[in-house]
Amino acid sequence: MVLKRLFYLLAVVFVLTGATNFAFAQHEGNEHHEAAEHGHSETKEEKGFNASKVIFSHIADSHYWHLFDWNGHPVSLSLPVIIYHPENGLEMFSASEFHHGEHPYKGKNGNEYRLESGMKEKIVSADGAAIKDFSLTKNVVSMLISVILLLVIMTNVAKKYKKNGVMSAPTGFQNALEPVITFIRDEVAKPNLGNKYMRFMPLLLTIFFFIWINNLLGLLPGGANFTGNIAVTACLALVTFVVMMAVSNKHYWGHLLNPPGVPMGIKFLLVPIEIMSMFIKPIALCIRLFANMMAGHIVILSVISMIFIFGAISSVAGWGFAPVSLAFSMFMFLLELLVAAIQAFIFANLAAVFIGQAIEEPHGDHAH
Amino acid sequence: MDLLTPELGLFFWTLIAFLAVFFILRKYAWGPILKSLNERETGIAEAIASADKVKAEMALMQNESEKLMQQAREERATIIREARQEHDNIINKAKEETKAVADRMLTEARQQIEQQKMAALTEVKNEIGKLSLEVAEKVLRKELATPESQDAYAKQLVAEIKLN
Repeated sequence: MVLKRLFYLLAVVFVLTGATNFAFAQHEGNEHHEAAEHGHSETKEEKGFNASKVIFSHIADSHYWHLFDWNGHPVSLSLPVIIYHPENGLEMFSASEFHHGEHPYKGKNGNEYRLESGMKEKIVSADGAAIKDFSLTKNVVSMLISVILLLVIMTNVAKKYKKNGVMSAPTGFQNALEPVITFIRDEVAKPNLGNKYMRFMPLLLTIFFFIWINNLLGLLPGGANFTGNIAVTACLALVTFVVMMAVSNKHYWGHLLNPPGVPMGIKFLLVPIEIMSMFIKPIALCIRLFANMMAGHIVILSVISMIFIFGAISSVAGWGFAPVSLAFSMFMFLLELLVAAIQAFIFANLAAVFIGQAIEEPHGDHAH
Repeated sequence: MDLLTPELGLFFWTLIAFLAVFFILRKYAWGPILKSLNERETGIAEAIASADKVKAEMALMQNESEKLMQQAREERATIIREARQEHDNIINKAKEETKAVADRMLTEARQQIEQQKMAALTEVKNEIGKLSLEVAEKVLRKELATPESQDAYAKQLVAEIKLN
C-alpha cells in the first residue's frame, strides 16, 4: 500500500518537475528577451537564451525563494536577511527591501547594503566593511523544512514503537523506515565500527536521513540545491571529522605518528602523508557529496535548457527537441532519485569507515 | 570558483540545525527505535532459542516415551511369556495330578474289585461247598437208599482199599 502510494507520489513529482523546469526555463528565457528589448538590463546580455545563467541561478543560494514567473514577473518569497556588521552589529530586514537588487537597503547609521548578483548572490556593504551574512536564505529555509519533516516523521515513528510494543509487527511508515535503519545498522555500522557500533548509530542515522531528505527535497520542483552546496557538505564533513578526532584512540595515533615496523627513513615520508590523509578524509567527504549533487542538478537543468537553446535558434527545433529532452531529463531525474539515497549512504558509510579507523583496537598482528 | 567558497551563514545554520536534529533525534527517535529493534531482535532470538530448547526437550521426551514403550512392550512380552509358561505349568501339573488321582482311584478300584471278587469267590466257594455237600448228601441218600446199593458201595470201597 505504502509503496504504491509512494510510487504515485514520485510519478506526480516527475511530471511536475518536468513541467515546472520547463516553465522556469521558458520564463527565464522570456525575461532575458524582455530585459534586452526594454533596455532594463545593465549588463550586456546576448539576445537569446543564456543557459549557464539560468542553471547557476537555480543551483546557487538566494535571498529569495523563486516560485514561478507570472507575466514575466518573478513570483518569489522574500526571505529574511540577517547581517552582522562589525561596527553596526546585527541588521535584520526582508530581502524584498532590495527590490530584486535594484535598490540598496538603508541600514543603521545610514549605511547602505546592496545585493550583488553574480554567479552567486552577495550582499555588500557600502562602507566596504567585512560583513557577515547570516541570512535565512533559500537553502537555510529548505533545510529548516527538512529538519521539521525529519523531527515529525522520526518522533512519530518512535512513538509507534512505544505504543505498539516491541514484539508487534511494524505498521505504516514504520515499515518504510525500519529496513533503512536496520540497513544502516547492519551494513554500515556493524562492519565498520565493530562491537561499539551502537554508540555511533544515532550519528550515522542522522547523517544519512539528513542528507537523504535534503537530497529529495532538492529534487522537488523549485527545491533548493542544499546538499549541492559546499558550505553544507563542509559542515557535515567537519562534524564527522570532529567526532573522528574526539573518539580516536592511542592505537590510531600510534599508527599515524609512529608506524610500527617501518624503517626510519620511510617514516619521514610516511608520517606527513598519514597526517595529510587524516585531513583529506573529511575533505573527500565534503567534495564528493557537493560535486555529486550539484552535478546532478546541472545535468537535469542542462538537458531542459537544451529545449530553449534550440528554441532560440528556431521554434520548430525547440518544440522538436522538447520530447527528447524531457525523456532524457526524466531519466536523469530517476537516476538522481537513486543518487539521492546512494550519496546519503556513501556519506554515512565513509563516515563510519573513518570513525572505525579512529577507534580500531590493536589486533596483535600489525596488518599495515 | 564562486561555487567552491562556502558561505559562512549557510555553514553556521547548517551546523546548528544538524546538531539540533542530532541531539533531538538521538533522545526522542533513534534511542527508542534502536532500543525497540534491539529488544525485538533479542526477543525473537530468545523465542527461537526457547523453541529449539522445547523441540529438543520434546525430542528427548519422545525418546524417553519411546524407551518406555519399548520397555512396556518387553515387559508385556515377558509377562505373556511367563503367563503362558505358568499356564502350561498349571495345565501340566493339573494333568499330572489328575492322572495321579485317576491312577490312585483306578488302583483302589482295582483293589476293591479284587477284594470284592475274592469275597464273592469265597462266598461262592462256600456256597458251592455247601451246595455240593447237600448234593452229595442227597446223592448219597439216593444211592444208598437200598441195601444192595449200600452193599455195592461197601464192596467198591473195599475194592479200592485192595488196590492200594
